[in-house]
Amino acid sequence: MSLAAECPECAAKIALNDDVISGEIVQCGDCGLELEVVRDGSVTLRPAPEEEEDWGE
Amino acid sequence: MGPIRIGMLHSRVRVEEKLLIKALTERGAQVEMLDDRQIIFDFQRDSWGRFDVVLERCINHSRALYALRLLHDLGVPTVNTYGVALVCGNKLETTSALVRAGVPTPRCRIAFTPESALRAIEEIGYPVVLKPAVGSWGRLLSKVNDRDAAEAILEHKEILGSYHHSIFYIQEYIDKPARDIRSFVVGDETICAIYRYSDHWITNTARGGRAQNCPVTEELNRLSVAAARAVGGGVVAIDLLETKDGRLLVNEVNYTMEFRNSIAVTGVDIPGRVADYVLQVARDPEALEAPALLK
Repeated sequence: MSLAAECPECAAKIALNDDVISGEIVQCGDCGLELEVVRDGSVTLRPAPEEEEDWGE
Repeated sequence: MGPIRIGMLHSRVRVEEKLLIKALTERGAQVEMLDDRQIIFDFQRDSWGRFDVVLERCINHSRALYALRLLHDLGVPTVNTYGVALVCGNKLETTSALVRAGVPTPRCRIAFTPESALRAIEEIGYPVVLKPAVGSWGRLLSKVNDRDAAEAILEHKEILGSYHHSIFYIQEYIDKPARDIRSFVVGDETICAIYRYSDHWITNTARGGRAQNCPVTEELNRLSVAAARAVGGGVVAIDLLETKDGRLLVNEVNYTMEFRNSIAVTGVDIPGRVADYVLQVARDPEALEAPALLK
């Protein structure tokens, strides 16, 4: 784990695996928010989309 | 000949998608991730011909359904097909397909007004289960034990929900043991199954149900494959209920199955089996049986 990004909600530092890809969901260990990885050169985190009515399998 | 090119249509990249990417790349395929929030379909221009097959892994049923429809019309093979998504994504369609195919399923009625729904409920007899026609993960299911509850829920659905919630899907309540069965069908084979245990009548693992291996008996395989064929085949997960008198009933069929909790307990390489099937479709799309709806 050599990548790190900041939680947009509480600013906690979150360690990420080197092979993390865009669209992966991680949870902030401090505030518990679900975050989505955005990897386009740099690695950032944004709040994950909220569950919608037609979500499922 | 270059590597097989696979588009993976997705919303989130969950454990399942990561395992599928790994299984596909280990088999020499080239996987391109297609975020359903970013893609654009152009009716006049085909930019999808670069894929040998598209593996659909969206969380949103509506996005999956329409994307599969457009890919079908563009001639791009998909797993699963548009027809399978259409049938499995809507419980009314699923039940209709299962009944037409003679697959045993709980008694079910559809009604369009609260008054006729109440009559339908009382014809079946309490308790019944009311389900939204479109929905998953055990959300918004109601076990209705008596007329007071029925009247309250029907009124709430009519007033608080969109019109969609006034398509009343009413199912007989099956007094099952504290578990149900989920079987995984790939092509023509039930590759494994789990029991989903819960003290709650809703046993979805998404709702906290615990998974345990379930032996694939001849009957379970036969019913699961019959249910899969009824909805158009492919890669599907079948939910089955056990009745007190020992019968198995097919409850639902899922077309973008989650399987993270089922690999360790069954010992079956589910993503590997799915990857093999996807590659088989890429090599021989004609082998994909066209769903009856599209014939």
